[in-house]
Amino acid sequence: MTGSSVTNRGMRRTILRQAKRAKVGHIGSALSALDLVAAIYAEMRDETGPDRDRFILSNGHAALALYAVLHAIGRITDADLDTFACDESFLGVHPQHSLDAVDFTTGSLGHGLSIGAGAALGARLSGSARRVFAVLSDAECNEGSVWEAAMFAAQRGLSNLVVVIDLNGQQALGYTRDVLNVPSMAERWRAFGWEAHDVDGHDGQAMREAIVRLDMSSEHPPHVLVAHTTFGCGVSFMENQIPWHYLSMSDDHFAAAMAELAEPA
Amino acid sequence: MKAAFVRALVEAAETNDRIVLLTGDLGFHAIEPFVDRFPERFFNMGVAEQNMLGVAAGLADSGYIPYCYSIAPFASLRPYEFFRNGAVVHNLPVRVVAMGGGFEYGTLGISHYALEDIAVMRAQPRVTVVVPADHAQAYAAVAATIDHPGPMYFRLAKDDVSLLSELDGRFRLGSSDRIGEGNAVTFVATGPVAAEAISACDLLRSQGLECSVVVVSTLNPSPTQDLVTAVRDARLIVSVEEHYPAGGLGSLVCEVVAESALSIPVIRCAVSTMPADLSGSQRSMRGLYGLNADQLAARALSAFDRAPAVPR
Repeated sequence: MTGSSVTNRGMRRTILRQAKRAKVGHIGSALSALDLVAAIYAEMRDETGPDRDRFILSNGHAALALYAVLHAIGRITDADLDTFACDESFLGVHPQHSLDAVDFTTGSLGHGLSIGAGAALGARLSGSARRVFAVLSDAECNEGSVWEAAMFAAQRGLSNLVVVIDLNGQQALGYTRDVLNVPSMAERWRAFGWEAHDVDGHDGQAMREAIVRLDMSSEHPPHVLVAHTTFGCGVSFMENQIPWHYLSMSDDHFAAAMAELAEPA
Repeated sequence: MKAAFVRALVEAAETNDRIVLLTGDLGFHAIEPFVDRFPERFFNMGVAEQNMLGVAAGLADSGYIPYCYSIAPFASLRPYEFFRNGAVVHNLPVRVVAMGGGFEYGTLGISHYALEDIAVMRAQPRVTVVVPADHAQAYAAVAATIDHPGPMYFRLAKDDVSLLSELDGRFRLGSSDRIGEGNAVTFVATGPVAAEAISACDLLRSQGLECSVVVVSTLNPSPTQDLVTAVRDARLIVSVEEHYPAGGLGSLVCEVVAESALSIPVIRCAVSTMPADLSGSQRSMRGLYGLNADQLAARALSAFDRAPAVPR
């Protein structure tokens, strides 16, 4: 996924600059989730009103992807962005609801889908057209609570709930196939009563078209887009490399990564 | 308190359409009045307490007031982190309704006992922890706190018959109630076991010791001022709770006494070890841990005899 096909290069550089300045990791996860988060935000409605669509980054450790998108669409300023991972900051390594643009604090895996199901149910009860988007990582599906929420959302027919799985095949200490293998992710969700589609998580246009096609009428099941992604997407030496879940960049790493993500001539 | 809780909730829900009831597939012969009256606001979440508390946070964020019902350990310990990272972190009006504090599910054994729930709930700064002593107080507590803005934990009991007549169904959020005027021994009790403390107080009074009982129904935030006023002239304080000693009412009393610089000895009557091997009726289990009235009276008397004659 390196080379000229890589999109959202400006936001990728934002992720790298902030991670470098703050000397933090989780870079590979942020680069994995960035394109799908950007696609969701491009389809979100009414960003600030009470009936605004809700977004939950349940794999909160990819927060830099969210911050890069929020920055690109003008929801957080340059100055705010530069407080990322600083002392007394609203921009933590995981999202905090104290930041205006964040509805739900996350960071503990397996929690976000339940909150999203509640927000979707609340919209149904009150007749709101609000939709709820929840991004989960594939390894997050290790958590049994994800499946509690999946059963509930299907039982209640919460078609206003959209899960996007960031399926990069990695987790903190290994490849998912070696830790807790989840083959045929889409089939699993279908077995739980969801409508599931596989999509290229780095193809923004395909992601947006997939979202637009979803039937959010009542009496329809909830939706999951299984977004196939590459961990560390856009930086060749990070792609599919387990250590880049945690590593922070040296000056040489940073220079090489930024060079790869320069705008094509 | 099962019926009292549901009656208070149904009455409030008649005029407050934000009230919703969630259950972890429990509440047989209890929740039916709400289910029948407001089926569209009732959700059996299945045996999935983590999801129940997660969904409750999402509902509360949408403007609803979710009451989440289950047996105490399943309502408190299993979904604790979901409650903490959801309703508590976001300061949302989610109510955890925990049925059967202490040994109430006696013969069902340790899995169904709640002996550390007050400690873990009281540890969260924003959680209002309410432990009624009888069903009249439970009714009043639920009715009085419908619009309370933040998260709450109710530790309730099944008993809808017994009444502490001296309490007369009073409940004021953040306060405690003193029964009697005596200062030789002041019992401080929470929950239905307060009835045992009142009986112990009567026993000691019959032996010539002037005693009183402070019934604590709000454990977080601490009813510090009420407690200080109620116990400051006591020769001996005896705390009584169906809970482990760590983090419960006895801990709270010791914190208040120490931080208010009161030089009064405190005896903590609590569940001093883990009842992992034996089960039995609530009365039997209380007896094993010295929480029945005659045992409380004997322990208080023995400690009183050793207490300094002139406090402070």
